[in-house]
Amino acid sequence: MYPAGASGRLEIRIKQKSYRAATGGRLHVLGELSISLAKGEVAALVGPSGCGKTTLLRLIMGLDRDFEGVVSLPADCRLGVVFQEPRLLPWWTVEDNIRLAAPGASPAALSALFATLGLTEHRQHYPGELSLGLARRAALARAFALEPDLLILDEPFVSLDAELAERLRAELIELVSRRPVTTLLVTHSIDEAIGLADRVFLLSTSPAHLVADVPIERPRTSRSADEIAVIANKIRSAANSA
Amino acid sequence: MKTALHVGSITLLLITWIVASHLIGERLLPEPKAVALALLDEARSGALTFNLSVTLLRVFASFAIAMVLGTVIGLLMGRYPIFDWLADPWLIVLLNLPALVIIVLAYIWAGLTDTAAIAAVALNKLPIAIVTIREGARALDPTLDEMATVFRMSGRARLLYVILPQLAPYLVATTRAGLSLVWKIVLIVELLGRPNGVGFQIGAAFQLFDVTRILAYALAFTVVMLAIEAFLVQPLERHVSRWRLRPA
Repeated sequence: MYPAGASGRLEIRIKQKSYRAATGGRLHVLGELSISLAKGEVAALVGPSGCGKTTLLRLIMGLDRDFEGVVSLPADCRLGVVFQEPRLLPWWTVEDNIRLAAPGASPAALSALFATLGLTEHRQHYPGELSLGLARRAALARAFALEPDLLILDEPFVSLDAELAERLRAELIELVSRRPVTTLLVTHSIDEAIGLADRVFLLSTSPAHLVADVPIERPRTSRSADEIAVIANKIRSAANSA
Repeated sequence: MKTALHVGSITLLLITWIVASHLIGERLLPEPKAVALALLDEARSGALTFNLSVTLLRVFASFAIAMVLGTVIGLLMGRYPIFDWLADPWLIVLLNLPALVIIVLAYIWAGLTDTAAIAAVALNKLPIAIVTIREGARALDPTLDEMATVFRMSGRARLLYVILPQLAPYLVATTRAGLSLVWKIVLIVELLGRPNGVGFQIGAAFQLFDVTRILAYALAFTVVMLAIEAFLVQPLERHVSRWRLRPA
Protein backbone atom coordinates (compact mmCIF):
# COMPACT_ATOMS: atom_id res chain seq x y z
CA MET A 1 0.00 0.00 0.00
CA TYR A 2 1.32 3.42 -0.89
CA PRO A 3 -1.03 6.14 0.38
CA ALA A 4 0.54 9.56 0.05
CA GLY A 5 1.06 10.90 3.57
CA ALA A 6 -0.35 14.36 3.96
CA SER A 7 1.87 15.15 6.91
CA GLY A 8 5.14 15.28 4.98
CA ARG A 9 6.39 12.42 7.12
CA LEU A 10 7.83 9.18 5.92
CA GLU A 11 5.83 6.43 7.63
CA ILE A 12 6.80 2.80 7.36
CA ARG A 13 4.83 0.06 9.07
CA ILE A 14 5.84 -3.37 7.85
CA LYS A 15 4.01 -6.43 9.15
CA GLN A 16 6.22 -8.88 7.35
CA LYS A 17 8.04 -9.49 4.09
CA SER A 18 9.13 -12.85 2.77
CA TYR A 19 10.53 -14.23 -0.47
CA ARG A 20 9.75 -17.50 -2.15
CA ALA A 21 12.96 -19.47 -1.72
CA ALA A 22 14.44 -21.22 -4.75
CA THR A 23 14.22 -24.52 -2.89
CA GLY A 24 10.54 -24.03 -2.06
CA GLY A 25 9.13 -22.62 1.15
CA ARG A 26 9.39 -18.99 2.15
CA LEU A 27 12.34 -16.97 3.30
CA HIS A 28 11.30 -14.59 6.05
CA VAL A 29 13.29 -11.35 5.57
CA LEU A 30 11.53 -8.61 7.50
CA GLY A 31 9.54 -8.93 10.71
CA GLU A 32 7.29 -6.32 12.26
CA LEU A 33 8.95 -2.98 11.81
CA SER A 34 7.84 0.64 12.17
CA ILE A 35 9.85 3.71 11.26
CA SER A 36 8.67 7.28 11.07
CA LEU A 37 10.74 10.23 9.89
CA ALA A 38 9.88 13.90 10.17
CA LYS A 39 10.50 16.24 7.25
CA GLY A 40 14.20 17.04 6.96
CA GLU A 41 15.29 14.36 9.40
CA VAL A 42 18.39 12.33 8.55
CA ALA A 43 18.21 8.75 9.75
CA ALA A 44 20.62 5.87 9.52
CA LEU A 45 19.59 2.24 9.34
CA VAL A 46 22.23 0.02 10.89
CA GLY A 47 22.20 -3.75 11.06
CA PRO A 48 24.25 -6.86 10.44
CA SER A 49 24.83 -7.73 6.79
CA GLY A 50 22.02 -9.76 5.25
CA CYS A 51 19.46 -8.52 7.75
CA GLY A 52 17.16 -7.10 5.08
CA LYS A 53 18.22 -3.45 4.93
CA THR A 54 18.32 -3.36 1.14
CA THR A 55 14.98 -5.20 1.00
CA LEU A 56 13.46 -2.55 3.25
CA LEU A 57 14.79 0.21 0.98
CA ARG A 58 13.31 -1.53 -2.08
CA LEU A 59 9.89 -1.51 -0.38
CA ILE A 60 10.22 2.20 0.34
CA MET A 61 11.34 2.97 -3.24
CA GLY A 62 8.32 1.09 -4.60
CA LEU A 63 10.47 -1.46 -6.44
CA ASP A 64 8.89 -4.35 -4.54
CA ARG A 65 5.20 -4.22 -3.66
CA ASP A 66 4.78 -7.76 -2.46
CA PHE A 67 4.72 -7.31 1.31
CA GLU A 68 2.33 -6.91 4.21
CA GLY A 69 2.20 -3.43 5.66
CA VAL A 70 2.08 0.20 4.71
CA VAL A 71 4.70 2.55 3.34
CA SER A 72 3.59 6.13 3.00
CA LEU A 73 5.83 8.72 1.44
CA PRO A 74 5.37 12.47 1.92
CA ALA A 75 2.80 13.90 -0.51
CA ASP A 76 4.17 14.66 -4.02
CA CYS A 77 7.44 13.19 -2.89
CA ARG A 78 10.40 13.46 -5.24
CA LEU A 79 12.68 10.54 -4.66
CA GLY A 80 16.45 10.64 -5.01
CA VAL A 81 18.29 7.36 -4.71
CA VAL A 82 21.94 6.38 -4.42
CA PHE A 83 22.15 2.64 -5.00
CA GLN A 84 24.87 0.41 -3.61
CA GLU A 85 26.45 0.29 -7.07
CA PRO A 86 26.52 3.61 -8.99
CA ARG A 87 24.09 2.34 -11.70
CA LEU A 88 25.04 4.99 -14.23
CA LEU A 89 24.14 4.51 -17.90
CA PRO A 90 27.51 3.65 -19.46
CA TRP A 91 26.64 5.07 -22.91
CA TRP A 92 25.96 8.60 -21.66
CA THR A 93 28.40 11.05 -20.16
CA VAL A 94 28.26 11.96 -16.47
CA GLU A 95 26.40 15.15 -17.29
CA ASP A 96 23.88 13.38 -19.58
CA ASN A 97 23.26 10.77 -16.89
CA ILE A 98 22.36 13.47 -14.41
CA ARG A 99 20.25 15.48 -16.86
CA LEU A 100 18.27 12.36 -17.77
CA ALA A 101 17.36 11.77 -14.13
CA ALA A 102 16.77 15.45 -13.39
CA PRO A 103 15.51 17.11 -16.59
CA GLY A 104 14.33 20.15 -14.63
CA ALA A 105 17.68 21.00 -13.03
CA SER A 106 19.03 24.44 -14.00
CA PRO A 107 22.53 24.66 -15.52
CA ALA A 108 23.65 26.87 -12.64
CA ALA A 109 22.46 24.39 -10.02
CA LEU A 110 24.18 21.56 -11.87
CA SER A 111 27.44 23.48 -12.07
CA ALA A 112 27.32 24.19 -8.35
CA LEU A 113 26.61 20.54 -7.64
CA PHE A 114 29.47 19.38 -9.85
CA ALA A 115 31.78 21.83 -8.10
CA THR A 116 30.78 20.63 -4.62
CA LEU A 117 31.37 17.00 -5.57
CA GLY A 118 34.59 17.64 -7.48
CA LEU A 119 33.09 16.45 -10.75
CA THR A 120 33.56 19.58 -12.82
CA GLU A 121 36.35 18.19 -15.02
CA HIS A 122 34.52 14.88 -15.41
CA ARG A 123 31.25 16.21 -16.79
CA GLN A 124 31.95 14.93 -20.28
CA HIS A 125 33.50 11.62 -19.24
CA TYR A 126 31.76 8.29 -19.71
CA PRO A 127 31.15 6.21 -16.56
CA GLY A 128 33.60 3.56 -17.80
CA GLU A 129 36.35 6.16 -17.61
CA LEU A 130 35.67 6.94 -13.93
CA SER A 131 37.13 5.36 -10.82
CA LEU A 132 34.62 3.84 -8.40
CA GLY A 133 34.96 6.86 -6.12
CA LEU A 134 34.12 9.26 -8.96
CA ALA A 135 31.25 7.06 -10.15
CA ARG A 136 29.79 7.13 -6.63
CA ARG A 137 30.05 10.92 -6.64
CA ALA A 138 28.23 11.03 -9.95
CA ALA A 139 25.49 8.85 -8.42
CA LEU A 140 25.29 11.26 -5.47
CA ALA A 141 25.07 14.19 -7.88
CA ARG A 142 22.26 12.47 -9.78
CA ALA A 143 20.24 11.96 -6.61
CA PHE A 144 20.73 15.58 -5.49
CA ALA A 145 20.22 17.17 -8.90
CA LEU A 146 16.47 16.55 -8.86
CA GLU A 147 16.18 18.29 -5.47
CA PRO A 148 14.54 15.32 -3.77
CA ASP A 149 12.10 15.44 -0.88
CA LEU A 150 13.25 12.01 0.18
CA LEU A 151 16.81 10.83 -0.26
CA ILE A 152 17.66 7.15 0.04
CA LEU A 153 21.25 5.98 0.18
CA ASP A 154 22.17 2.29 0.24
CA GLU A 155 25.71 1.96 1.62
CA PRO A 156 26.91 4.72 -0.69
CA PHE A 157 30.49 4.70 0.58
CA VAL A 158 31.15 0.98 0.77
CA SER A 159 34.41 -0.35 -0.74
CA LEU A 160 36.03 3.08 -0.90
CA ASP A 161 39.26 3.78 0.98
CA ALA A 162 38.74 5.37 4.38
CA GLU A 163 40.04 8.79 3.42
CA LEU A 164 37.85 9.11 0.32
CA ALA A 165 34.80 7.82 2.20
CA GLU A 166 35.44 10.47 4.86
CA ARG A 167 35.60 13.19 2.23
CA LEU A 168 32.40 12.03 0.54
CA ARG A 169 30.65 11.93 3.92
CA ALA A 170 31.66 15.55 4.47
CA GLU A 171 30.29 16.41 1.02
CA LEU A 172 27.04 14.64 1.83
CA ILE A 173 26.71 16.59 5.09
CA GLU A 174 27.30 19.81 3.20
CA LEU A 175 24.64 18.97 0.61
CA VAL A 176 22.09 17.95 3.26
CA SER A 177 22.68 21.06 5.33
CA ARG A 178 22.45 23.33 2.31
CA ARG A 179 18.98 22.05 1.43
CA PRO A 180 17.30 20.01 4.19
CA VAL A 181 15.92 16.74 2.87
CA THR A 182 14.44 13.72 4.62
CA THR A 183 17.21 11.16 4.34
CA LEU A 184 17.43 7.46 4.98
CA LEU A 185 20.92 6.03 4.87
CA VAL A 186 21.79 2.37 5.13
CA THR A 187 25.18 1.49 6.49
CA HIS A 188 26.80 -1.25 8.50
CA SER A 189 29.18 1.17 10.18
CA ILE A 190 27.88 2.55 13.47
CA ASP A 191 30.47 5.33 13.37
CA GLU A 192 29.35 6.40 9.91
CA ALA A 193 25.74 6.38 11.10
CA ILE A 194 26.50 8.58 14.09
CA GLY A 195 28.67 10.90 12.00
CA LEU A 196 25.85 11.60 9.54
CA ALA A 197 22.45 11.04 11.13
CA ASP A 198 20.08 12.74 13.57
CA ARG A 199 18.72 9.38 14.44
CA VAL A 200 19.97 5.81 14.30
CA PHE A 201 17.68 2.82 13.79
CA LEU A 202 19.30 -0.43 14.81
CA LEU A 203 17.99 -3.57 13.11
CA SER A 204 18.29 -7.18 14.31
CA THR A 205 19.45 -10.12 12.24
CA SER A 206 16.93 -11.47 9.71
CA PRO A 207 13.91 -11.42 9.95
CA ALA A 208 14.72 -7.84 10.85
CA HIS A 209 12.90 -5.91 13.53
CA LEU A 210 13.77 -2.68 15.30
CA VAL A 211 16.18 -3.19 18.21
CA ALA A 212 16.82 0.42 19.11
CA ASP A 213 15.86 3.91 17.98
CA VAL A 214 18.58 6.29 19.15
CA PRO A 215 18.05 10.02 18.63
CA ILE A 216 21.21 12.13 18.54
CA GLU A 217 20.59 15.60 19.94
CA ARG A 218 23.73 17.50 19.07
CA PRO A 219 24.02 18.93 15.56
CA ARG A 220 26.20 16.89 13.17
CA THR A 221 28.91 19.47 12.82
CA SER A 222 29.67 19.82 16.53
CA ARG A 223 30.00 16.15 17.44
CA SER A 224 33.36 15.39 18.95
CA ALA A 225 35.11 12.05 18.68
CA ASP A 226 34.44 11.42 22.39
CA GLU A 227 30.73 12.02 22.05
CA ILE A 228 30.57 9.78 18.99
CA ALA A 229 32.31 7.04 20.98
CA VAL A 230 29.80 7.39 23.85
CA ILE A 231 26.82 7.11 21.47
CA ALA A 232 28.44 4.22 19.65
CA ASN A 233 28.84 2.35 22.93
CA LYS A 234 25.22 2.97 23.78
CA ILE A 235 24.13 1.53 20.42
CA ARG A 236 26.47 -1.45 20.67
CA SER A 237 25.18 -2.36 24.13
CA ALA A 238 21.62 -2.08 22.82
CA ALA A 239 22.60 -4.41 19.99
CA ASN A 240 24.12 -6.92 22.39
CA SER A 241 21.22 -6.94 24.83
CA ALA A 242 18.76 -7.56 21.99
CA MET B 1 49.86 -3.34 -42.27
CA LYS B 2 46.11 -3.93 -42.47
CA THR B 3 45.81 -2.29 -45.90
CA ALA B 4 48.84 -4.17 -47.21
CA LEU B 5 47.32 -7.47 -46.14
CA HIS B 6 43.98 -6.56 -47.69
CA VAL B 7 45.63 -5.65 -51.02
CA GLY B 8 47.73 -8.82 -50.90
CA SER B 9 44.71 -10.98 -50.25
CA ILE B 10 42.73 -9.41 -53.12
CA THR B 11 45.72 -9.87 -55.49
CA LEU B 12 45.92 -13.54 -54.46
CA LEU B 13 42.20 -13.92 -55.22
CA LEU B 14 42.68 -12.46 -58.72
CA ILE B 15 45.69 -14.69 -59.44
CA THR B 16 43.74 -17.77 -58.30
CA TRP B 17 40.87 -16.69 -60.54
CA ILE B 18 43.12 -16.29 -63.62
CA VAL B 19 44.89 -19.62 -63.03
CA ALA B 20 41.56 -21.43 -62.48
CA SER B 21 40.15 -19.82 -65.63
CA HIS B 22 43.06 -21.20 -67.67
CA LEU B 23 42.67 -24.62 -66.12
CA ILE B 24 38.93 -25.08 -66.71
CA GLY B 25 38.50 -22.92 -69.78
CA GLU B 26 37.13 -19.48 -70.70
CA ARG B 27 33.59 -20.70 -71.28
CA LEU B 28 33.00 -22.01 -67.75
CA LEU B 29 35.10 -19.42 -65.92
CA PRO B 30 35.99 -16.29 -67.88
CA GLU B 31 39.03 -14.25 -66.88
CA PRO B 32 38.66 -11.13 -64.68
CA LYS B 33 39.39 -8.99 -67.74
CA ALA B 34 36.43 -10.43 -69.69
CA VAL B 35 34.13 -9.91 -66.70
CA ALA B 36 35.35 -6.31 -66.32
CA LEU B 37 34.65 -5.64 -70.02
CA ALA B 38 31.13 -7.11 -69.72
CA LEU B 39 30.58 -4.94 -66.67
CA LEU B 40 31.68 -1.87 -68.64
CA ASP B 41 29.28 -2.81 -71.46
CA GLU B 42 26.34 -3.10 -69.07
CA ALA B 43 27.31 0.18 -67.43
CA ARG B 44 27.45 1.99 -70.76
CA SER B 45 24.01 0.82 -71.81
CA GLY B 46 22.55 1.98 -68.46
CA ALA B 47 21.30 -1.51 -67.64
CA LEU B 48 23.74 -1.97 -64.77
CA THR B 49 22.70 1.15 -62.90
CA PHE B 50 19.03 0.44 -63.46
CA ASN B 51 19.15 -3.17 -62.31
CA LEU B 52 21.40 -2.41 -59.34
CA SER B 53 19.12 0.39 -58.13
CA VAL B 54 15.97 -1.71 -58.55
CA THR B 55 17.51 -4.54 -56.54
CA LEU B 56 18.92 -2.17 -53.94
CA LEU B 57 15.51 -0.55 -53.44
CA ARG B 58 13.95 -3.96 -52.86
CA VAL B 59 16.75 -4.82 -50.42
CA PHE B 60 16.25 -1.64 -48.41
CA ALA B 61 12.46 -1.80 -48.38
CA SER B 62 12.28 -5.40 -47.17
CA PHE B 63 15.16 -4.90 -44.77
CA ALA B 64 13.54 -1.84 -43.21
CA ILE B 65 10.20 -3.60 -42.77
CA ALA B 66 11.84 -6.65 -41.21
CA MET B 67 13.99 -4.58 -38.85
CA VAL B 68 11.21 -2.33 -37.58
CA LEU B 69 8.77 -5.20 -37.04
CA GLY B 70 11.51 -7.46 -35.70
CA THR B 71 12.66 -4.89 -33.15
CA VAL B 72 9.15 -4.18 -31.89
CA ILE B 73 8.10 -7.85 -31.70
CA GLY B 74 11.47 -9.01 -30.32
CA LEU B 75 11.39 -6.34 -27.63
CA LEU B 76 7.84 -7.26 -26.61
CA MET B 77 8.65 -10.97 -26.55
CA GLY B 78 11.85 -10.46 -24.56
CA ARG B 79 10.25 -8.13 -22.03
CA TYR B 80 6.81 -9.66 -21.52
CA PRO B 81 6.47 -13.44 -21.11
CA ILE B 82 2.83 -13.29 -22.24
CA PHE B 83 3.89 -12.11 -25.72
CA ASP B 84 6.62 -14.70 -25.75
CA TRP B 85 4.21 -17.55 -24.98
CA LEU B 86 1.72 -16.26 -27.54
CA ALA B 87 4.10 -15.62 -30.41
CA ASP B 88 6.71 -18.33 -29.90
CA PRO B 89 4.88 -21.07 -31.89
CA TRP B 90 4.40 -18.64 -34.81
CA LEU B 91 8.04 -17.71 -34.63
CA ILE B 92 9.16 -21.33 -34.81
CA VAL B 93 6.89 -22.01 -37.80
CA LEU B 94 8.22 -18.92 -39.58
CA LEU B 95 11.84 -19.76 -38.74
CA ASN B 96 11.51 -23.20 -40.28
CA LEU B 97 9.46 -22.26 -43.33
CA PRO B 98 11.80 -22.52 -46.35
CA ALA B 99 12.42 -19.22 -48.14
CA LEU B 100 11.23 -20.75 -51.40
CA VAL B 101 7.83 -21.69 -49.91
CA ILE B 102 7.26 -18.16 -48.63
CA ILE B 103 8.26 -16.64 -51.98
CA VAL B 104 6.09 -18.94 -54.09
CA LEU B 105 3.07 -18.53 -51.80
CA ALA B 106 3.49 -14.74 -51.77
CA TYR B 107 3.50 -14.67 -55.58
CA ILE B 108 0.46 -16.95 -55.78
CA TRP B 109 -1.52 -14.98 -53.21
CA ALA B 110 -0.51 -11.42 -54.10
CA GLY B 111 0.39 -11.81 -57.76
CA LEU B 112 3.74 -11.19 -59.44
CA THR B 113 4.11 -7.75 -57.91
CA ASP B 114 6.77 -5.81 -56.07
CA THR B 115 4.58 -5.83 -52.96
CA ALA B 116 4.60 -9.61 -52.95
CA ALA B 117 8.35 -9.69 -53.60
CA ILE B 118 9.22 -7.27 -50.80
CA ALA B 119 6.80 -8.88 -48.35
CA ALA B 120 8.25 -12.31 -49.07
CA VAL B 121 11.81 -11.15 -48.42
CA ALA B 122 10.83 -9.26 -45.27
CA LEU B 123 9.00 -12.32 -43.98
CA ASN B 124 12.14 -14.40 -44.52
CA LYS B 125 14.29 -11.98 -42.54
CA LEU B 126 11.73 -11.21 -39.83
CA PRO B 127 11.99 -14.31 -37.59
CA ILE B 128 15.79 -14.07 -37.38
CA ALA B 129 15.55 -10.39 -36.45
CA ILE B 130 12.97 -11.23 -33.77
CA VAL B 131 15.10 -13.99 -32.27
CA THR B 132 18.20 -11.78 -32.04
CA ILE B 133 16.39 -8.76 -30.59
CA ARG B 134 14.53 -11.02 -28.14
CA GLU B 135 17.88 -12.28 -26.84
CA GLY B 136 18.95 -8.67 -26.44
CA ALA B 137 15.74 -7.77 -24.61
CA ARG B 138 16.21 -10.70 -22.25
CA ALA B 139 19.73 -9.51 -21.47
CA LEU B 140 18.58 -5.99 -20.49
CA ASP B 141 20.08 -4.96 -17.16
CA PRO B 142 17.34 -5.04 -14.47
CA THR B 143 19.35 -2.74 -12.19
CA LEU B 144 19.21 0.02 -14.83
CA ASP B 145 15.50 -0.63 -15.18
CA GLU B 146 15.07 -0.07 -11.44
CA MET B 147 17.12 3.08 -11.69
CA ALA B 148 14.82 4.38 -14.43
CA THR B 149 11.76 3.50 -12.32
CA VAL B 150 13.06 5.19 -9.19
CA PHE B 151 13.99 8.35 -11.07
CA ARG B 152 10.54 8.35 -12.75
CA MET B 153 11.87 8.44 -16.30
CA SER B 154 9.19 8.77 -18.98
CA GLY B 155 8.45 5.81 -21.25
CA ARG B 156 10.04 7.60 -24.17
CA ALA B 157 13.23 8.45 -22.26
CA ARG B 158 13.46 4.86 -21.06
CA LEU B 159 13.15 3.45 -24.56
CA LEU B 160 15.54 5.92 -26.20
CA TYR B 161 18.18 6.33 -23.51
CA VAL B 162 18.07 3.15 -21.43
CA ILE B 163 16.73 0.27 -23.55
CA LEU B 164 17.79 0.97 -27.16
CA PRO B 165 21.45 1.65 -26.26
CA GLN B 166 21.55 -1.74 -24.54
CA LEU B 167 20.10 -3.31 -27.70
CA ALA B 168 22.61 -1.56 -29.98
CA PRO B 169 25.04 -4.51 -30.34
CA TYR B 170 22.10 -6.78 -31.18
CA LEU B 171 20.75 -4.27 -33.68
CA VAL B 172 24.15 -4.00 -35.39
CA ALA B 173 24.45 -7.80 -35.50
CA THR B 174 20.97 -8.15 -37.06
CA THR B 175 21.74 -5.39 -39.54
CA ARG B 176 24.94 -7.02 -40.70
CA ALA B 177 23.56 -10.56 -40.91
CA GLY B 178 20.27 -9.21 -42.24
CA LEU B 179 21.60 -7.19 -45.16
CA SER B 180 23.62 -10.11 -46.50
CA LEU B 181 20.70 -12.51 -46.10
CA VAL B 182 18.18 -10.10 -47.59
CA TRP B 183 20.11 -9.38 -50.77
CA LYS B 184 20.59 -13.07 -51.43
CA ILE B 185 16.86 -13.71 -51.07
CA VAL B 186 15.98 -10.65 -53.16
CA LEU B 187 17.90 -12.19 -56.07
CA ILE B 188 15.85 -15.39 -55.82
CA VAL B 189 12.62 -13.42 -55.64
CA GLU B 190 13.65 -11.47 -58.76
CA LEU B 191 14.66 -14.65 -60.55
CA LEU B 192 11.26 -16.20 -59.86
CA GLY B 193 8.91 -13.35 -60.51
CA ARG B 194 10.27 -9.93 -61.44
CA PRO B 195 11.07 -8.55 -64.91
CA ASN B 196 14.12 -6.59 -63.74
CA GLY B 197 16.87 -6.43 -61.11
CA VAL B 198 20.13 -8.27 -60.61
CA GLY B 199 18.34 -11.56 -59.96
CA PHE B 200 16.39 -11.30 -63.21
CA GLN B 201 19.59 -10.53 -65.17
CA ILE B 202 21.38 -13.49 -63.65
CA GLY B 203 18.40 -15.69 -64.49
CA ALA B 204 18.45 -14.46 -68.10
CA ALA B 205 22.19 -15.04 -68.32
CA PHE B 206 21.68 -18.54 -66.93
CA GLN B 207 19.29 -19.36 -69.80
CA LEU B 208 22.08 -18.44 -72.24
CA PHE B 209 24.87 -20.00 -70.17
CA ASP B 210 26.48 -16.55 -70.15
CA VAL B 211 28.86 -17.00 -67.19
CA THR B 212 30.57 -13.67 -67.89
CA ARG B 213 27.37 -11.70 -67.34
CA ILE B 214 26.47 -13.75 -64.23
CA LEU B 215 29.85 -12.93 -62.71
CA ALA B 216 29.64 -9.29 -63.79
CA TYR B 217 26.34 -8.72 -61.98
CA ALA B 218 27.32 -10.75 -58.94
CA LEU B 219 30.55 -8.80 -58.64
CA ALA B 220 28.89 -5.42 -59.09
CA PHE B 221 26.35 -6.11 -56.40
CA THR B 222 28.94 -7.52 -54.01
CA VAL B 223 30.89 -4.28 -54.35
CA VAL B 224 27.73 -2.29 -53.56
CA MET B 225 27.11 -4.36 -50.43
CA LEU B 226 30.75 -4.01 -49.35
CA ALA B 227 30.41 -0.25 -49.72
CA ILE B 228 27.29 -0.30 -47.54
CA GLU B 229 29.14 -2.28 -44.88
CA ALA B 230 32.14 0.06 -44.97
CA PHE B 231 30.34 3.40 -45.21
CA LEU B 232 27.10 2.72 -43.34
CA VAL B 233 27.26 -0.26 -40.99
CA GLN B 234 30.77 0.20 -39.63
CA PRO B 235 30.45 3.94 -38.92
CA LEU B 236 27.12 3.19 -37.21
CA GLU B 237 28.79 0.54 -35.11
CA ARG B 238 31.59 2.90 -34.13
CA HIS B 239 29.02 5.51 -33.18
CA VAL B 240 26.98 3.26 -30.91
CA SER B 241 30.06 1.89 -29.18
CA ARG B 242 31.84 5.23 -28.80
CA TRP B 243 31.44 5.07 -25.00
CA ARG B 244 33.41 1.83 -24.69
CA LEU B 245 36.98 2.19 -23.51
CA ARG B 246 39.37 1.86 -26.42
CA PRO B 247 42.90 0.65 -25.96
CA ALA B 248 45.10 3.76 -26.06
